[in-house]
Amino acid sequence: MKARVSADERRYRALRIALPIVVLALGLAVWELVVRIEDIPPYVLPAPGNILRTLISDWDLLSRALLVTLITTFEGFLLAAAGGVGLAVLFNQSRLVEYSLYPYAVILQVTPIVAIAPLLLIYLPQHAAVLVCAWIVAFFPVLANTTLGLNSVDRNLADLFSLYGASRGQVLWHLKLPSALPYILGGLRIAGGLSLIGAVVAEIAAGSAGAGSGLAYRIAESGYRLNIPRMFAALLLLSLAGIVIFYVLSLVNYLALRRWHESALAAER
Amino acid sequence: MPPATAFHGAPLAALRGVGKAFPNGVHALAGLDLEVRAGEFVALLGPSGCGKSTALRIVAGLSEPTEGVVEWAQTVTPVQSENRIGFVFQEPTLMPWASVFDNVALPLKLKGMRAGKAAHRVEAALDRVGLRTFSRAYPRELSGGMRMRVSIARALVTEPQLLLMDEPFAALDEITRFKLNDDLLRMWQALRTTVIFVTHSVFESVYLSSRVVVMAARPGRVFAELAIDAPYPRDQGFRTSPEYAAFCRRTSEALSRAMAARGEP
Repeated sequence: MKARVSADERRYRALRIALPIVVLALGLAVWELVVRIEDIPPYVLPAPGNILRTLISDWDLLSRALLVTLITTFEGFLLAAAGGVGLAVLFNQSRLVEYSLYPYAVILQVTPIVAIAPLLLIYLPQHAAVLVCAWIVAFFPVLANTTLGLNSVDRNLADLFSLYGASRGQVLWHLKLPSALPYILGGLRIAGGLSLIGAVVAEIAAGSAGAGSGLAYRIAESGYRLNIPRMFAALLLLSLAGIVIFYVLSLVNYLALRRWHESALAAER
Repeated sequence: MPPATAFHGAPLAALRGVGKAFPNGVHALAGLDLEVRAGEFVALLGPSGCGKSTALRIVAGLSEPTEGVVEWAQTVTPVQSENRIGFVFQEPTLMPWASVFDNVALPLKLKGMRAGKAAHRVEAALDRVGLRTFSRAYPRELSGGMRMRVSIARALVTEPQLLLMDEPFAALDEITRFKLNDDLLRMWQALRTTVIFVTHSVFESVYLSSRVVVMAARPGRVFAELAIDAPYPRDQGFRTSPEYAAFCRRTSEALSRAMAARGEP
């Protein structure tokens, strides 16, 4: 009975990996065929094979652009993580600070970043503006999640800490932050993807050329030049970068929580 | 063995005319008088909602009475600063992110004791509850009974003068509960500490305690006190003795009267 169940499970796991690949292969095959049969020119719709060839031939240019975008994303992410967690802790420690600043955090979050980016580019050097965009988009989920986590402390544990005369610092460090860790990591997982989006939006708004320009700029530039295969190739790289960021953060999440938090234990059953 | 003299020990703490009204107008306690002597094992027995847990929290200093005072004997060091109180909650209340060892070490760490010095006491506390080999385990890897043992080890690691227990075994199965009852009595005798044990089980209160305080509800107050003057150590033999049955009957009757007194069946 038990062996049968695990065999079933294995089959489902294999299917979960195989099915999306089959769908991808079918989709690409249909795409390639339609382009060839209809003889669609590459500046309208390039075939997958053409995109792949462009990716390889333009690799020098594209990989440099990818690196620029990734570094911006990473810096924005770090600032968002530090800023989000830092602000949440500050809000948690002082009601006055929370009441004074929280509305503005919300305003930053609800104003569309596409609309803010051009303004930032007027007042800040380009790199700083791109970074600030990535930060604005990414910090709010970290702030909101960390705040929720810091307020979700087990009441009995809080009583226990006060019974033993714990200081505010001890309560924060030994009780509130560990309690909030699953929430913080959840916020970071969202922030990773968002900081990539923020970087891309700002790069497109900036729209300036040069050696220091990222993937999003390459997409915009290729659009103007009707180099559609390169547009697709750059898009593919961006999307892959997003996937890698998501999975790296999921892995960090799993490694940090696997010994104690319910969310990381499902696979153990 | 301490028991024979334990009942007549020096007063340790007393609640005098303690009342507690919550902001929503509920009077959890009114005019509660309770004296606890050193070395006693006192059970607070009563229906749910009679304020037993509230009384315990007031003794612990986790809640302030709205009337009356909590008095401590001169010999007792100030409650919070010196960790003279151990508290065991209804749930094990362990930090899920910390190992068994770190959970038990928490009170010492919060006191600022150095890790090296604390390690001995933590190991001794884990020995006491028979969990030394589990010190690296995480709470979720343990059974409910083992988690409660960790919780007890943590409460005892500071060697408190007064151990407060709030229905600690209510969620456990009977087999585990009986085992923990016996272990608790053993530790109580070995450490010569004082225990206030909140329960809604007549059988548990009689088995464990040297005195049962029966409480009535609305508002919570002391309704009756019964001395359970059967000798310690108590074991399976006591649980099945006619003497135990008689104590249980009398306690049960007192509890029924306490419940009738608040106008409920």
